[in-house]
Amino acid sequence: MNDMASNTRDNLLMVVFTAAVLTMPIWLTPIGAGYPDLLQKFAIFGIFAVGFNILFGLTGYLSFGHAAFLGVGSYTAVWTFKLLGMNAVPAVFMSILFAGIFAAAIGYISLRRAGIYFSILTLAFAQMCYNLAYSVLTPITNGETGLRVLNSDPRIFDRMFPSQDTDGVLLADFFGIELTGYQGFYFCAVLLIIAFYVSLRIFRSPFGMMLKAVKSNQNRMNYTGLNTRPYTLAAFVISGMYAGLAGALLCVTDPLAGAERMQWTASGEVVLMTILGGAGTLLGPILGAALIKYFENIFSAFNEGTLQSFFSFLPESLREITVSVSSLFVGEGWHLTLGVLFMLIVVFLPGGIMEGIRRLIALFGKRGPGDGAEAKKAGALPAAAE
Amino acid sequence: MKILQVSDVNKRFGGLQALNNVNLEIEEGAVHAIIGPNGAGKSTLLNCFVGRLVPDTGTVMFNGTSLLGIKPHEINQAGVSRVFQTPEIFEEMTLLENIMIPAFAHRDGSFRINAWASVAGDTEIREKAEHILEDVDLIEKKDVIAGSLSRGDKRRLEMAMCLVQDPKLLLLDEPTAGMSRADTNNTIDLLKKIGERRITKIVIEHDMHVVFSLAHKISVLAQGTVIAEGLPDDIKGDPRVQEAYLGGAHL
Ligand SMILES: Nc1ncnc2c1ncn2[C@@H]1O[C@H](COP(=O)(O)OP(=O)(O)O)[C@@H](O)[C@H]1O
Ligand SMILES: [Mg+2]
Repeated sequence: MNDMASNTRDNLLMVVFTAAVLTMPIWLTPIGAGYPDLLQKFAIFGIFAVGFNILFGLTGYLSFGHAAFLGVGSYTAVWTFKLLGMNAVPAVFMSILFAGIFAAAIGYISLRRAGIYFSILTLAFAQMCYNLAYSVLTPITNGETGLRVLNSDPRIFDRMFPSQDTDGVLLADFFGIELTGYQGFYFCAVLLIIAFYVSLRIFRSPFGMMLKAVKSNQNRMNYTGLNTRPYTLAAFVISGMYAGLAGALLCVTDPLAGAERMQWTASGEVVLMTILGGAGTLLGPILGAALIKYFENIFSAFNEGTLQSFFSFLPESLREITVSVSSLFVGEGWHLTLGVLFMLIVVFLPGGIMEGIRRLIALFGKRGPGDGAEAKKAGALPAAAE
Repeated sequence: MKILQVSDVNKRFGGLQALNNVNLEIEEGAVHAIIGPNGAGKSTLLNCFVGRLVPDTGTVMFNGTSLLGIKPHEINQAGVSRVFQTPEIFEEMTLLENIMIPAFAHRDGSFRINAWASVAGDTEIREKAEHILEDVDLIEKKDVIAGSLSRGDKRRLEMAMCLVQDPKLLLLDEPTAGMSRADTNNTIDLLKKIGERRITKIVIEHDMHVVFSLAHKISVLAQGTVIAEGLPDDIKGDPRVQEAYLGGAHL
């Protein structure tokens, strides 16, 4: 492929992506997702999944413990708030750093094995972190209650430059701008755009090509003069740093860190997001993350009452059965919906949502040229899908 | 000058003496063929050169330094490339990528985080890769996924992957095995062509036509032992070789 052409295509992808993310509050409103709390989650878990994809999507090493780095990021962020003050910038920076250090240590040991053994090792490490956070490390993590910022904390910079309302609830800020509501979302959105750009650069770089080679044939790499271990470790650390960033952002938008964030279900969730969207694709993990968070939001809010009114058109007896069956899939049971969705995707669309989009484009491509917007999308998506 | 010196190498697999006091000297710039029946230990010997196996006893010196206990990627960085008996390529990637990876390894070393550079923008590497693909007649397929190639093309691709690294020593393990006559002839032509580059080559081969049209020197291995060594004409007439290797048939 031509250098100029690929550059133009990537630039177009970046422009479309940036515009799409920044206008999310507008175009997601019709489907009931246009409010800051949910939009933030899209951005934060999008970052988490984009980072996870650099490890899993490119090298094929399936980590089942990345929530540990999310947790480390969160605790570091809250501690940075406590010690340095409520500005989000140092918190984000410190979280990425600490998550990176943790990832280097855990990755160094786990990467001595491949395949299922690697997955089990990462899972074991993450559960260890989770249990430590709950028990021995209570002085650092505040155990079950969770770690939060107190008015009595040092917060050096806040003391040096006191702002007007120090007595209210402590919220993270960006040099004086309180990061709540839409400000909070836009802070996360900008970081998502940066995170996506970095991932795009990695995908197109010789380093990214080596990571794909790891997945393809490690034997050939070795006999080609390449040392595979540092490549996998670098990918592991980078994805850990992304997780740390996501963990920090969870605390930027709500300054509370709890151990449950490190649980294996959270590690599993990012795996689902990546596979659902399309592992190894650029945009897929973000779509997967958004889809899961969206469904979680909708289905977990349903209860018996909403179902009753939803199915009110049915006759009494039939309604009772329908409601009791479908109630298994909503509220607390929404994970069942997620499981079914995941099964359907893996069976019918192994490449995830991105493969579905690719197939649709191929279908439209055969039917002749679409309108302007369609063509624009088709131009950008194959670049992202590759 | 000797580029590779193998002295008294022994290798046992359980009860099987796969290599038995093997001595071998490879002249720089030569094409040295190793022939012998199946299971003679030819691949095992190559494995000892590239760090896949470590001999039980004996030494392997490459350009005056020992290769024993050195990791495969370090041996390759020192200038030894290998074509395997069953092609080892990056099946999921394009031909161009397959060539660019070894080219990067050759230029940038065994590990480098050049995550901000662009593969497509690296004209030096790309031109080098395309040039090699032209040499092996695969240039029209450069954007094809390597896994879809025929066996002969895969082998040629793997050879190109080695050649792009400008190796000092190239090891070829049965480069024409399983190929049609036409593919075999193409491969011989290719090997002759790359012979002009004066790369030292060790070729393991069953096809006597290939051996006698390429090799400067031949070693015959049988049951882990070198039973004969010499110029192609000497080997052709050696009765021990005909006995061990050819079951008495005439060449
Ligand atoms: N890694 C191994 N473990 C056990 N036995 C092996 C191994 N590699 C080769 N052998 C045995 O050593 C003998 C020589 O094999 P090989 O070197 O592949 O022969 P060839 O000359 O056909 O290439 C064979 O009997 C083979 O089964
Ligand atoms: Mg063999």
